[in-house]
Amino acid sequence: MTPMTTRAALLAFCLFLPFQSFGGAALPTAPEVPRDALQEGAELFVNECQTCHGLSFVRFGQLAELGFSEKEIAEKLLAGAPGEFMRVAAKRDDQKRWFGVAPPDLSLTVRAHASSEGSGADWLYAYLRSFRRDDASPTGWNNDVFTKVAMPHVLWRMQDATNPEEGAADALSPEDYDRRVATLVGFLAWAGDPHAALRKRVGIGVVAFLLVFSALAYALKREYWRDITGDRRQETGGR
Amino acid sequence: MNLKTMRAGKYRSNGGFFGDCIEWLDARLPLSAFWRKHFSEYLVPKNLNFWYFFGSIALVVLLMQIVTGIFLAMSYQPDATPNADGIPVAFASVEYIMRDVNWGWLIRTTHSTGASAFFFVVYLHIFRCMLYGSYRKPRELLWIVGVVIFYALMAEAFTGYVLPWGQMSFWAAQVITDLASAFPFFGTALADWVRGDFSVGGATLGRFFALHVVALPLALILLVVLHLVALREVGSNNPDGFEAQKRVNVEGTLLDGVSFHPYYTVKEVFALSVFLLVFFSLVFFAPEGGGYFLETENFLPADPLKTPEYIKPLWYFTPFYSMLRAMTRPLLGVDAKLLGVLAMNGAVGVLVFLPWLDRAPVRSIRHRGPVFKVMLSLFVASFLTLGFLGAKPPEYVLWGAIPGAPIARAATFFYYFYFLAMPWWSKIDLCAQETQAA
Ligand code: HEC
Ligand code: HEM
Repeated sequence: MTPMTTRAALLAFCLFLPFQSFGGAALPTAPEVPRDALQEGAELFVNECQTCHGLSFVRFGQLAELGFSEKEIAEKLLAGAPGEFMRVAAKRDDQKRWFGVAPPDLSLTVRAHASSEGSGADWLYAYLRSFRRDDASPTGWNNDVFTKVAMPHVLWRMQDATNPEEGAADALSPEDYDRRVATLVGFLAWAGDPHAALRKRVGIGVVAFLLVFSALAYALKREYWRDITGDRRQETGGR
Repeated sequence: MNLKTMRAGKYRSNGGFFGDCIEWLDARLPLSAFWRKHFSEYLVPKNLNFWYFFGSIALVVLLMQIVTGIFLAMSYQPDATPNADGIPVAFASVEYIMRDVNWGWLIRTTHSTGASAFFFVVYLHIFRCMLYGSYRKPRELLWIVGVVIFYALMAEAFTGYVLPWGQMSFWAAQVITDLASAFPFFGTALADWVRGDFSVGGATLGRFFALHVVALPLALILLVVLHLVALREVGSNNPDGFEAQKRVNVEGTLLDGVSFHPYYTVKEVFALSVFLLVFFSLVFFAPEGGGYFLETENFLPADPLKTPEYIKPLWYFTPFYSMLRAMTRPLLGVDAKLLGVLAMNGAVGVLVFLPWLDRAPVRSIRHRGPVFKVMLSLFVASFLTLGFLGAKPPEYVLWGAIPGAPIARAATFFYYFYFLAMPWWSKIDLCAQETQAA
């Protein structure tokens, strides 16, 4: 490389720098969930969240990708036809009257909450673990990462810390609660980007092909340019 | 010209079917003549470096945007009304492409990442011109066509950004169309005319769709053809800035030139392949580009009742957005908003005059003196600073100590100073003699 091209390459690199995101990771990282545990998250979603929230871009049939059989989808998840979207039964206007705001569709909620503080999954994981009682709020609940949230803590029975009954039967240990919430977060992350796994698989193939192709193209280019750079070396004494 | 010379150089088949087809076509179209004129016998300076790849890469990206765009338009619906789930139909149609259309996710992310790649490549392409003085005589028109392409590209990117009808799409459209109202007398009427309504809505989406898929791509294609025709007329400049087209031997061939094919075709295939490697790594492994290619807030459907905390454009517009916001006080009776609009548009417009602002006796940075090198470095620094600050809220404080707003104003000032004072500083610079041999 001539000094000029080195300098130019440095400049090009500097062009990238301002596009890096700076900012600390303030939210704890949501645990990785193995793919087969996402079924648990899907069931949790259908049982606990779908009364209020839709997943209006996801079809019931798509849940087969998580390993559910058709029968399980119909029975466990009380689904309609596989081609149907996972929508809410309640009308938006009614919901608005009940809660003040209509609960938003959650298809993209994980993608929409990414920030310099953490990924969208990190945010959701924190959100579902940050409810606390607040008598001043109309629902009786407040949330540390979403203050004055209009959503009640629907999982309150499961969380030991928020279940007022000492040793209640359905309360989970803090570790088990976190683990269950993580499966729900994993499921919603999947719902936000259902082709992510396929995308990465295809990506590896494409990148591998381009690596080989670039190497071949470089060899070909060198072969052709030998006649020209060879001449120049003779003329200028090698530069 | 007699018939015999007209027939000369026509393709002769060796008897195979494929060869026969080409001979048949070549007898009826100037195919081999075109190939010779523009590829195999087109002479290009032999010292072109990697900066010269970005033009042809931009051409490939344009093609890629058109092809992916056609497939997107098959399923996209420019309809701002809410569906049964309260989500705008346009927003839902993009998600439909991402989820239900076969390979739709690949088509869409290639298109959205392609927009960022286009600007990245074009910024480097323009910067190359500034490094090597490619805009100077006889390439003024080539350069001016380039500036017009850049305007068209910005309009294309902006209209496209609005189509998914997410929160940022909607509010960016609101902010940008509202800029028209900064003009006195006819401003408000102009803004309403651009939007097709008193505020951004379904009418705006419809016209932006028409502009994005028909009018602007057509304009871009025509402009790029004009760009290339002009390039073929004057020939490429080169990193040493000498007039390669003037050094010819007795047969009239360039002494410092090599034929475009095969020398530059093989080189460009390699460059393109490296570009695609980086590009598709992003498409497959970071399609959101950390919020720089697809903004997180644009995963929320447009809500006219909920203004986002702060509205910012995608990274490639942030330097200009910074200039818009940098104007906070009226000057000479012109109000601040109008000043901002003028500063933002003028930043691209001033490029048109660059061929006449530059008074240095040589073209390339390799032979220019320290003044140019310092000025260009400061120019790059201020442009990047503007870009950085434009992505932040206006009250942003650098390193927790330096308020961003006065920095943005200073950088805007320097951006203009670079161009407007160029006739002076480019002349006093100590330049070396241009060398001839590559
Ligand atoms: C009783 C109805 C109800 C149930 C059940 C419910 N939510 Fe909510 N949720 C709401 C309401 C109402 C909001 C809107 C809160 C606001 O904007 O203040 C909301 C907001 C949210 C948000 C924030 C979305 C955003 O981007 O602003 C998330 C995430 C969420 N809910 C997740 C869940 C999950 C996960 C479950 C199941 C465990 C669930 N919700 C169950 C009513 C509900
Ligand atoms: C769609 C966008 C564009 C495409 C497809 C395009 C294409 C090309 C191509 C193929 C070349 C020859 C190869 C090279 O020198 O890199 C070229 C050269 C050139 N382009 Fe562009 N271009 C685009 C935008 C621009 C812009 C925005 C400008 C300036 C504002 C510009 C200014 C020039 C100049 C001055 C040259 C000659 C450079 C030299 O010979 O040193 N182009 N362009």
